[in-house]
Amino acid sequence: MSFISYLINGISLGSVYAIIALGYTMVYGIAKMLNFAHGDIIMVGCYTVFTIVSTLSLPTWLGIIVSIVLCTILGITIEAVAYRPLRQATSSLAVLITAIGVSYLLQNVALLIFGANTKSFTSVVNIKALKLGADGGLTVTGETLVTIAACLIIMVVLTTFVNKTKAGQAMLAVSEDKGAAQLMGINVNATISLTFAIGSALAAVAGMLLCSAYPALTPYTGSMPGIKAFVAAVFGGIGSIPGAFIGGIILGIIEILSKAYISSQLSDAIVFLVLIIVLVVKPTGILGRKIQEKV
Amino acid sequence: MKKLTKTLAVALSAAMFLTSLTGCAGAAKGGDTWKIGGIGPTTGGAAVYGIAVQNGADLAIKEINEAGGIAGNKIEYNFQDDELDSEKSVNAYNALKDWGMNILVGSVTSGCCVAVAAESVNDNMFQLTPSGSAVDCITNKNVFQVCFTDPNQGIGAASYIGSNNVASKVAVIYDSSDVYSSGIYQKFAQEADNQPFEIVSAEAFTADSKTDFSVQLQKAADAGAELVFLPIYYTEASLILTQAASAGYNFKFFGCDGLDGILGVENFDTSLAEGVMLLTPFAADAADEKTQNFVKAYEAAYGDTPNQFAADAYDAVYIIKAAIEKSGVAPSASVSEIGDALEKAMTEITVDGLTGESMNWSEDGAVNKAPKAMEIKNGNYSLIQ
Amino acid sequence: MKDFINKNKDNLITYGIVIIAYIVLELLMSLGLISSLMTGLLVPLCAYIILAVSLNITVGILGELSLGHAGFMCVGAFTSAFFSKCTVNVITVEWIRFTIAILIGFLCAGVIGFLIGMPVLRLKGDYLAIVTLAFGEIIKNVMNVLYIGRDSKGFHFSTKDAVALGLEESGEIIVNGAQGITGTPKSSNFTVGVVLILITLFIVLNLIKSRDGRAVMAIRDNVIAAESVGINITKYKLLAFSISAALAGVAGVLYSHNLSSLMATPKNFGYNMSIMILVFVVLGGIGNIRGSIISAVILTLLPELLRGLSNLRMLIYAIVLIAMMLFSWSPKAKDFRDKTVATLLFWKKDNTVKGGSDNGSN
Repeated sequence: MSFISYLINGISLGSVYAIIALGYTMVYGIAKMLNFAHGDIIMVGCYTVFTIVSTLSLPTWLGIIVSIVLCTILGITIEAVAYRPLRQATSSLAVLITAIGVSYLLQNVALLIFGANTKSFTSVVNIKALKLGADGGLTVTGETLVTIAACLIIMVVLTTFVNKTKAGQAMLAVSEDKGAAQLMGINVNATISLTFAIGSALAAVAGMLLCSAYPALTPYTGSMPGIKAFVAAVFGGIGSIPGAFIGGIILGIIEILSKAYISSQLSDAIVFLVLIIVLVVKPTGILGRKIQEKV
Repeated sequence: MKKLTKTLAVALSAAMFLTSLTGCAGAAKGGDTWKIGGIGPTTGGAAVYGIAVQNGADLAIKEINEAGGIAGNKIEYNFQDDELDSEKSVNAYNALKDWGMNILVGSVTSGCCVAVAAESVNDNMFQLTPSGSAVDCITNKNVFQVCFTDPNQGIGAASYIGSNNVASKVAVIYDSSDVYSSGIYQKFAQEADNQPFEIVSAEAFTADSKTDFSVQLQKAADAGAELVFLPIYYTEASLILTQAASAGYNFKFFGCDGLDGILGVENFDTSLAEGVMLLTPFAADAADEKTQNFVKAYEAAYGDTPNQFAADAYDAVYIIKAAIEKSGVAPSASVSEIGDALEKAMTEITVDGLTGESMNWSEDGAVNKAPKAMEIKNGNYSLIQ
Repeated sequence: MKDFINKNKDNLITYGIVIIAYIVLELLMSLGLISSLMTGLLVPLCAYIILAVSLNITVGILGELSLGHAGFMCVGAFTSAFFSKCTVNVITVEWIRFTIAILIGFLCAGVIGFLIGMPVLRLKGDYLAIVTLAFGEIIKNVMNVLYIGRDSKGFHFSTKDAVALGLEESGEIIVNGAQGITGTPKSSNFTVGVVLILITLFIVLNLIKSRDGRAVMAIRDNVIAAESVGINITKYKLLAFSISAALAGVAGVLYSHNLSSLMATPKNFGYNMSIMILVFVVLGGIGNIRGSIISAVILTLLPELLRGLSNLRMLIYAIVLIAMMLFSWSPKAKDFRDKTVATLLFWKKDNTVKGGSDNGSN
């Protein structure tokens, strides 16, 4: 009984990691960069919803739309200003460092605008919790249901988009070989911008669901879940869309079960240890493709 | 060309070196103003506490200056960020020394406070920490505390629960990566052996995983706990309360001073906190005139509800004022002379503040004051008689 | 002799910069011209320089991305602080105790680096980065739950809490979980720091020039080619990674003996710190040892010099960091920079350079 209940909690937590990881893996798959600022875009999305819904008392749907639009614009702007100039740099590390700079920047802007005090986020989900089991002892919250549903929908839409549309095919081409894609008449800049737009819109959605499930909002809300989601994406095989989902769920379950059965103090260490073991056994993650190196 | 950029870089770093050198060495000898410095995290995850202290002290200093200063001498104030890092805290201390500080209010957090205290003792700088609660903070003779020490809080909470028969089975959820939280928990667990209740589950969380508390809550429920003791800060506590409610658990919650401020969380559903008990020296909703004036002035100046950190800092400044008046030392004295005078005066004064009536200090630097047991009723803190 | 100087000109300049900086600063200090802030920053600066230089072995010479460097620093810091605190009354001669502490930090971090390197160095690129990040976090997490106490019966260990140590009345807790180690003797000073920088530089610069170093760089440039000429990939990767880790441990020793409270927080030993060290390396130029030193100095001083801006400090810092990265790494900025600098300093070449820039912009 308690095991099943832990499992459900693990899936709830994992679904939040999964939805953040989807955005991460999307950007990584195409642009081949670790966008450390992804977690902070999540935070911006949350503050936008909070301002519109709780401070200005406007309807929730408006908050959701404005937040998605704002994050999309933010994502495109960050890419154009901070990442694009470094795309041709001799080392891919340069853009990683700028991403960290952007992450600090977003956190500190939020700190100046909203202050350091914790804000309690009102859930954007309006669905009753599901009671399971003979005595209703197992609860699946509405947030979990919506998050998992959202994950599945996003996965299907993204996969279809990438495989069936022209823009999606362009993305695949850019991720394989930028130079060749350009020669084939693909606008590389526009394609990467589009990737960041989609990734940031996903971050906005992920942020809302993160804060609906765990309603404490501070300027640093996004950073740790961002890192965890990144781990989840690597777990599942970074660049793989279903991999991000599976990685997120598994990470959530491991975290909860290790807290429950091994040690609540050492759960971080255990999660990371499992990650290392998985990667040592299967170096490209659960669903990652192995690329044969040629001479 | 590559060489030129390199030369530029060397020149830039040399220039930075030199600019940092130019800060007039050998702190300026005090004039006729008191230079009070403050240190705490104003950026990073703990910014909420640092900013509260910054503002609380600022408010008190403005009030004192408007009323003519301390014995006619005005106060200048400078607060430096330490990002919750011991090393940065020492840097902040040194920067303040360059500015000419003669009294220090800080550091806000225990770890940083220990590191700064090891430096300030060499200058015999009088240091009053509003909220550094670890015992190690006050091992040096020049450091005094406004808040309770962690062991004090842990023992206090355990004996309160025991002697008032609040519960017989107690669960604890604490932050094992935090000095404050693990410090209180240790003493609480020790003292629990002497009390009629039993700790049935003690589960931790860490700074890296503080969003999901379902496991800790479920373990408490499975162990049959009636009361959950939360020696943690209110951000995490607000999440725990929310998750306990949505999972349908009916615990009593009991916390320490870190929990104060939970009602001030913007947009928080205060009905979740109904019945939460806490041992705290300060509550923003207390009815006495002093507290209410403070809260009103603070809200007007900084647009936020003050928490206990702000109140501690506010008290700290008035405590310094009382100590200066008692000792009669002048700001023109050297840092070490001021230190000697105030260290002596601290053990002789009694101060009525926001965070305690008739606070007095023993030579070891710890404060004597009685914590108040509060319960949250109808969305307000109310004193348990 | 002349031959030696010519061959080692570049390295000698690097040593020279450090030694001259040391002499100038010591001179200024003895004249009382240095602010307390600067004096307090000297030892941390030395520690950061060592960290940046040591990470440059992994990133620049071995060509692998590590995000767990702070974890090795943490190992060095805790093991050495533990040693110093235990023996503070046994070994009363400070320099002997501190030398042993440095060796302990060096060895422990090196051994941990070796043990971690064995399974993970076969991973590549971002996967290696995430695994090293994971190790850094594991080390930090373990340090946070480690309790060690000592009484007349010897040492007691626990990973639960201090009560579980079961100490006698007279026993003392040495490592107290999240509260870490307090009261480490303050043995670090600027002179020791500079000596350690010089030793680090000596190790690193000689490694680059040695046969082993060339093998490591061959692996960086092309693994398959290196393997085909008979270079033992695992051995040399491990060699570079362990040395890098061991030197980070030395920086940790310097760090822990400079502060009286040592705890493993996300700020000082978490991935944030690892990333910060990586920023030093990347900004200074990957593989460029002197660049690492300079950028470590600039980026450590920058937030301290911005203290006057109070609330805007970290915001400005972030903007400056982004601007510096764009300025030093973007290909366009590189063109622009070279041209402007050339125009400003070499007016004789004005025409040719200007012509170039016109072509470039059109």
